[in-house]
Amino acid sequence: MVLTGKSIKNTLTALVAVIPSLFFANPAADTTLVHAETAVHAEGEAHGHEHAPVDKKSKIKAFIDHHLKDSHDFVFFSDEAEGKHYGFPLPVIILDNGLHVFSSSKFHHGEEIVEADGNYYALHHEKIYKLDSAQAELSLDEHGHPTNPQVLDFSITKNVVAMLFTAALMFFMFVGLAKSYKKGPLPTGMGRALEPLIIFIRDEVAIPNIGEKKYRKYMGYLLTVFFFILILNLIGLTPVGINVTGNIAITLCLALFTFLVTQFSANKDYWKHIFWMPDVPVIMKIILIPIEILGTLTKPFALTIRLYANISAGHIVVMSLLGLIFVFKNWIAGPSFFGLTLFISVIEILVAFLQAFVFTMLSSLFIGMAVQDHHHEEDHDAHTDEEPIII
Amino acid sequence: MEIPGIVGAGLVVIGAGLGLGKIGGSAMDAIARQPEAAGKIQTAMIIIAALLEGVAFAALFAA
Repeated sequence: MVLTGKSIKNTLTALVAVIPSLFFANPAADTTLVHAETAVHAEGEAHGHEHAPVDKKSKIKAFIDHHLKDSHDFVFFSDEAEGKHYGFPLPVIILDNGLHVFSSSKFHHGEEIVEADGNYYALHHEKIYKLDSAQAELSLDEHGHPTNPQVLDFSITKNVVAMLFTAALMFFMFVGLAKSYKKGPLPTGMGRALEPLIIFIRDEVAIPNIGEKKYRKYMGYLLTVFFFILILNLIGLTPVGINVTGNIAITLCLALFTFLVTQFSANKDYWKHIFWMPDVPVIMKIILIPIEILGTLTKPFALTIRLYANISAGHIVVMSLLGLIFVFKNWIAGPSFFGLTLFISVIEILVAFLQAFVFTMLSSLFIGMAVQDHHHEEDHDAHTDEEPIII
Repeated sequence: MEIPGIVGAGLVVIGAGLGLGKIGGSAMDAIARQPEAAGKIQTAMIIIAALLEGVAFAALFAA
């Protein structure tokens, strides 16, 4: 792009003219707040943590952090002035010398200590700790982490509710689809949207990667994983405020399923290519074995990180952009960041589909690598067109 | 002297951007040459992009 001196000058002038309007568009209402904000900006990111959560920026940060985490109750919105939270509690189930079940409303959002069958529990950043008595307080170490013992927590948390809801939704959707095939060859209702997706997974994902003969056995797993991730991704975009697939424990669990399915369906060629690969000198074999084993273990790790990081990053971007509206708080920033958030949200719908597809695709690829028949020199040419993609 | 993690994150983003650009560019070339193979090329492109993304995210978390 060619820029003459004059056009650069004009652009700079225009920019300089616009910048003040971002800060002083509504001076009567905002001057002090905006000055406080710019002061925080000037001090730099590094000092951001040390501020008590009184300024707007750390409040937004705390809000995003809270959203990304699992939680013991549903809070739709909070009234800060009155200190009230609107939502509903969920059951807390603790295994600690016996089962204790009580409602999470007893914690009062972490402010109060709960007594259950003679034991005392406190909630700190959505983790439950055991206390000695009702008057005791959590003892924090220098990093702010409690040193009290943690308990085994089997609570029905927000994420568990979302997963149970997804499971029920999937059950009814697919039972409905299966029933509609009894009436005729065409699906009815919801099934019309599901059938193309199922065909897509079969024809574009399972058959090319696993092979015409063996794909059927793995369709159940691949479809379940695809729709589970897809529905949870899409639920995460609704204002309910659930972040399930952006939780590393859940993505790790899904990746472990793929890992186990792969290992248990592997044939002897797969193991041979890991532990004693043919047509390779013995010295190289000894060097290659640890690399191959490491390669097997990094696959579920990559699946875990990819899904978790993509969804978390999406949530952080959307919420940060919304937060910028409250940082700038004027009539130019409001609509423009609203538009930008809308744009990113639409991209997030694409990402929701893409990540579900990529997870399914890579799962089928790994399974395909484990179950394929390896062809060696003698019959290589005859079968090249049905070989799965090998990475 | 300690280099802050954010520098590493920047380097990761540069590397990942170059990689994605290379993948996308080559895929475009290939599709232009053989439009009938566009579907297969796209699938392979998405897989490689996903693998690259995995590496990039792993590095970002380390940073």
